[in-house]
Amino acid sequence: MGKALHAVTAHRADGRLLRAAVLVTVALGLVLPIAAGLWQTGRAGAGLMPAIGATEASLAPFQQLINLPGFATALRLTLVTGLGATALSILLAVGVCAATHGRMSARASGRLLTPFLAAPHAAMAIGLAFLLSPSGWIARALAPVLGWDLPPMWATVNDPGGVALILGLMIKEVPFLLLVILSALSQLPVRQHLAAGRSLGYGRGIVWIKVIMPQVWPLIRLPVMVVLAYSLSVVDMALILGPSNPPTLAVLLLRLFTAPDIELMLPASAGALVQALLVAAAFALLWLLEGAGRAIGRWWVRRGGRGLSAEPGLWLSTALSAALFAAGAAAMLSLLVWSLAWRWPWPGLLPESWSLRAWSTPGSGWAAALGNTLILAAFTTALSLVLAIAWLEGEDRARRGRAGWAEALIYLPLLVPQIGFLFGLNVLFLRLGLSGGYLAVIWAQALFVFPYVMIALSDPWRALDPRLVRAAGSLGAGPWRRLFTVKLPVLLTPILTAAAIGVAVSVAQYLPTLFMGAGRIATLTTDAVTLSASSDRRVTGVYATLQAGLPFAAYGAALLIPALLHRNRRGLQAGGAP
Amino acid sequence: MTLELHEVAVAPKGAGPLFPPITLTVRPGEVATVMGPSGIGKSTLLDAVGAHLAHGFTLSGSIRLDGRDLLPLPPETRRVGLMFQEAVLFPHLSVGDNLAFGLARSVRGRAARRAAVEAALDRAGLADLYDRDPATLSGGQRSRAALMRTLLAEPRALLLDEPFSKLDATLRGDLRAFTFTHIRSRKISALLVTHDPADVEATGGSVIELTEWAPRGSTRECPHHTRRRNPDPERGETP
Repeated sequence: MGKALHAVTAHRADGRLLRAAVLVTVALGLVLPIAAGLWQTGRAGAGLMPAIGATEASLAPFQQLINLPGFATALRLTLVTGLGATALSILLAVGVCAATHGRMSARASGRLLTPFLAAPHAAMAIGLAFLLSPSGWIARALAPVLGWDLPPMWATVNDPGGVALILGLMIKEVPFLLLVILSALSQLPVRQHLAAGRSLGYGRGIVWIKVIMPQVWPLIRLPVMVVLAYSLSVVDMALILGPSNPPTLAVLLLRLFTAPDIELMLPASAGALVQALLVAAAFALLWLLEGAGRAIGRWWVRRGGRGLSAEPGLWLSTALSAALFAAGAAAMLSLLVWSLAWRWPWPGLLPESWSLRAWSTPGSGWAAALGNTLILAAFTTALSLVLAIAWLEGEDRARRGRAGWAEALIYLPLLVPQIGFLFGLNVLFLRLGLSGGYLAVIWAQALFVFPYVMIALSDPWRALDPRLVRAAGSLGAGPWRRLFTVKLPVLLTPILTAAAIGVAVSVAQYLPTLFMGAGRIATLTTDAVTLSASSDRRVTGVYATLQAGLPFAAYGAALLIPALLHRNRRGLQAGGAP
Repeated sequence: MTLELHEVAVAPKGAGPLFPPITLTVRPGEVATVMGPSGIGKSTLLDAVGAHLAHGFTLSGSIRLDGRDLLPLPPETRRVGLMFQEAVLFPHLSVGDNLAFGLARSVRGRAARRAAVEAALDRAGLADLYDRDPATLSGGQRSRAALMRTLLAEPRALLLDEPFSKLDATLRGDLRAFTFTHIRSRKISALLVTHDPADVEATGGSVIELTEWAPRGSTRECPHHTRRRNPDPERGETP
């Protein structure tokens, strides 16, 4: 038997080699930079940064940070906006799912969500700022009704309470959570459980809370943690929509890191550690709430009460989500309108005169930024896609599923706040002479592009009919021919979709581009964020429109290319015969 | 082309073998049948012969084809063809290209390869369907195309996993005759998994019935439950 066992494993050596190569790449390219970045940040936070002459370990940086004016407010704002946006987004997404599940096909809802998922955070934030500002569409629409002759003197954007920031985050997070919950629901027998629950006398909303959500939660826990970490440490949206003085913690830290006084890097690093701890504490809170929710839920289920109706809540969350989506769509549209506007007096709903002037001077900067953005998106996406395919193919060749630790590894860069390790990583890159170059930015962006590409590609890859691959093998096709002539062509649609997601994520990256590019590599996103503080909405509109346009174009291509290539292949068209 | 299974047993990770060890010789042109209740591991046995076992399964015993030990070989060099319940045609390739995918590399030159595929399509009653989308074929056409694709690869053995069960009665008879004729004329040794007594009747080969290997996971010696016998139509063979 020993001989036979040996024989069976012999032809899997190839798969092991591939897996080992992928593992080493991921460990060196993904885990090491994050760990090293955190380490460097930690050292600087403890007063150790020889490059600026700080060689004595102490807690002074923390002292300095706490004594900064507005630090306590920044901390409070971070918690309110981060936790608030996450909690509200979950509530709305769950409510919408409960209210509309089964009434909308997966394809229709996918098509509705895609533009919101594709739009970069910064572009969405700029559009929302255009929309909410006292001279924006909302105020203009209300003006004739309320008899305003002048724009109202309201601080609707950069409001000290962070409401605009919460709204902005929600516009991006509700669609993401909806997507995640819908994909989790597709793995559960929702209809049967709903029918069983309702036949026992429970209302629809109560069945969702008592029966369906407890099953969905384990499937969406990681994505919810991603949302939580992101909301607590977001920089670009907070710069555009958030309160400015004092700002949220992440923005405060960015100001310290980029301040002319390099001594401030020490308290900034201490702050980055605080930021990381804040996210860790939020994860702990989530874990506690989960435990409490489980205990309370069990008690509630055992009581068997059927009296409550959650119906009004469901419809309220659906209406709020619809309003949120409408605001998001209007925000995107306002980017384009402003980029083409010339004279637009209050309170007209549309500009009086239009002009291409803002678009007609590519040499003024947007052409260079567009070029950089395209280069970075192409390289990071290609790199991430190759790595993801190698990983998945390695799993196939070893004929085994993914271990839990590997899954956690993929999510790691999305769970650690960017500002917590990017600065430290940059210090390291500076020492290696990598900082400020394309390589450094591509590397840093790929840290965040790869996880999304991997997550997007994993499910469709595993859903591929294994008999196709076996049939190819039995016809004499070796592993590489099976990959290139069967798997990749059949999986063309999900591969291109993953690539489009990769492009969207790469285009949206702000902090990695800013830090690793050392300010020398200007992209549409870094320029748009800088311009958003300026008064010229036309130029800002051009940058933000381009920024949003790139991911839309990528998604469009992901839809069009397979439709063209497979126009005569019914078995590969979405919803086609198997 | 003789397929020899000697004391072959397959066990999932951490459990005892699925069925008692099987010893079986399938002569060239013979179709041997494997029967047994659902979940006993009939398809797993075929996976073992074709090198498609999932990770974690352990295989003991030996499998030889024409005297050559198959176990160290990956699926693509075993020359063991595979037919599923449904015709699994590659959805991204045309019908003809599906066959060309299977056609052995020994046929060289564009024209010669094209001619070989056209001839095979013709034999399968699929003439002029080279450029068709496989998704637009009828069930019977798809099955014949899949069989032709398999035969063009010049397999020495063929594994049939309930290949006729999804077809309606008339089509089933036609395709069965078509398949067995090709197997016999090419002297391929075939292993058929089926629940259909009519299949067994048509094979005229030996029958192996898999029975459960007493308490799963136990190491207790069990009597040899595997029976070898010839099909007996009088008794109305049932699975």
